[in-house]
Amino acid sequence: MLNIENINVYYGAIHAIKDISINVTEGEIVTLIGANGAGKSTTLRTISGLLKPKSGKIDFEGQNIAGIPAQAIVKQGISQVPEGRRVFANMTVLENLELGAYIRKDKAGIKEDLNSVFERFPRLLERKVQLAGTLSGGEQQMLAMGRALMSRPRLLLLDEPSMGLAPLLVKEIFSIVKEINQTGTTVLLVEQNANMALSIAHKAYVLETGRITLSGDAKKLAASEEVRKAYLGG
Amino acid sequence: MRAITKKDLKIAGACVVLYAIIEALLQMDIIGSFWELNLILIAINIIMSVSLNLINGYTGQFSLGHAGFMAVGAYVSAIITVKFHLPFLLAIIVGALGSGLLGFLIGLPTLRLNGDYLAIATLGLGEIIRIVILNIPYVGGASGFMGIPRYTNFTWAFFVCLFTLFFIKNLVNSSHGRACISIRENEIAAEAMGIDTTRYKVIAFTIGAAFAGVAGALFAHYFYIAHPASFTFMMSFNYLTMVVMGGLGSITGSIAGAVILTFVSAALASWPEWRMIVYSIVLILLMLYRPQGLFGNVELTSLSIFKRFKGGSK
Repeated sequence: MLNIENINVYYGAIHAIKDISINVTEGEIVTLIGANGAGKSTTLRTISGLLKPKSGKIDFEGQNIAGIPAQAIVKQGISQVPEGRRVFANMTVLENLELGAYIRKDKAGIKEDLNSVFERFPRLLERKVQLAGTLSGGEQQMLAMGRALMSRPRLLLLDEPSMGLAPLLVKEIFSIVKEINQTGTTVLLVEQNANMALSIAHKAYVLETGRITLSGDAKKLAASEEVRKAYLGG
Repeated sequence: MRAITKKDLKIAGACVVLYAIIEALLQMDIIGSFWELNLILIAINIIMSVSLNLINGYTGQFSLGHAGFMAVGAYVSAIITVKFHLPFLLAIIVGALGSGLLGFLIGLPTLRLNGDYLAIATLGLGEIIRIVILNIPYVGGASGFMGIPRYTNFTWAFFVCLFTLFFIKNLVNSSHGRACISIRENEIAAEAMGIDTTRYKVIAFTIGAAFAGVAGALFAHYFYIAHPASFTFMMSFNYLTMVVMGGLGSITGSIAGAVILTFVSAALASWPEWRMIVYSIVLILLMLYRPQGLFGNVELTSLSIFKRFKGGSK
């Protein structure tokens, strides 16, 4: 579905992503794990068009999307939940979700998806007319995910969904990610909480200072000595 | 486009009544020429502050060069009426197109800048516009463009102002307006939602500039003269004060800001040296006690008192 070949991304003179290749198959949850500054978020932002790769190919369902503007990539069916949630704080929950469907024109379909988001996140329904900035961190994460789902993506990019959340909430968020995946959306997940990420993912890539050092089946990686030592605390 | 609601009719009715009362008072000479001048200034200032609010308040792009666009509108419209002897309405439209076009050309490169950088760039551009005009003999250069006929009266000012309010209110309530607001709220998230942020920033900037041109046309055709010294940085700052005072992202706020500050400066007309002091004190107090502005980003019609009358439905 998504095939990334040897991309290189720079921040000015800093070579942030070095020759990364990633492959995401339809229906999977793929996770990128690694320490701070390894380049996980950079990779995600490159896929969603917020950053442009200097070289390399990003192929989504047979089309090269490397370097095309973010709004065109959303139209192709890729939606991103940005790091730190970034909800529109002075807008209501409903308005946030409506903006998620900004690129769509099919009113009936939007309504249908709005209902399914409310079904998945009953808490958002309760807070429909509340300003998004007044929600708790967990609720904002749910809103950011709901908002991304409103564009009816085929590939959902999740950037650190567990950031700043209580352990119980992290569990809840991850089980929702799993559910979203089971209803047919492919997920590419960037996460520092390697334990949680590997527990729900099918495939994983380990990033270290801009390079992929390990990759493969998530269960196998979780069991491997190297990963356990470096990322799983023993 | 949604259908016209009962509420719209009520507001339209209220506007007509307001116009009729003021016009009658003017005709009967109960309102003298000094306050007539101020009423017209209020209308012009409302156009300026609401159009600036579209850029600064709704789209969140900090522009400090609004007076520059007003100057372009003033001069272009004056050329139309003085040099080509064409009707006033056409002059207003061409003035708006001129400043809108300039806003578009300036917006394209500068709106890639953020925050402070954009503020400095627009500040500089406002001054450049003024200096360029100062050096064009065709429009009078440093002595100003003289002999402009007085076409602006209360009726023109009132209805052009009303049109501006109608246009901008509908814009910010449309999906385009929603896109602009989302840029203010969070540009990265807006981009991730598939909103072409550069495009909407340029649209907001262009429309804001065009309406500043409209205000400039009214201004020049009231005072018989368009003078470069009328469109300095202080003027841009004045409008910014109105917008911030009323509340970034509130049309009612901009109206209130324009009305209050025009009245304050009229009331202090005999003590001009006090004006800036009062302005500054008002701003300091406002920032201390109500940093979001008088209205924040809400409209008068959506305040809870009004909602109760509507049965609290929303």
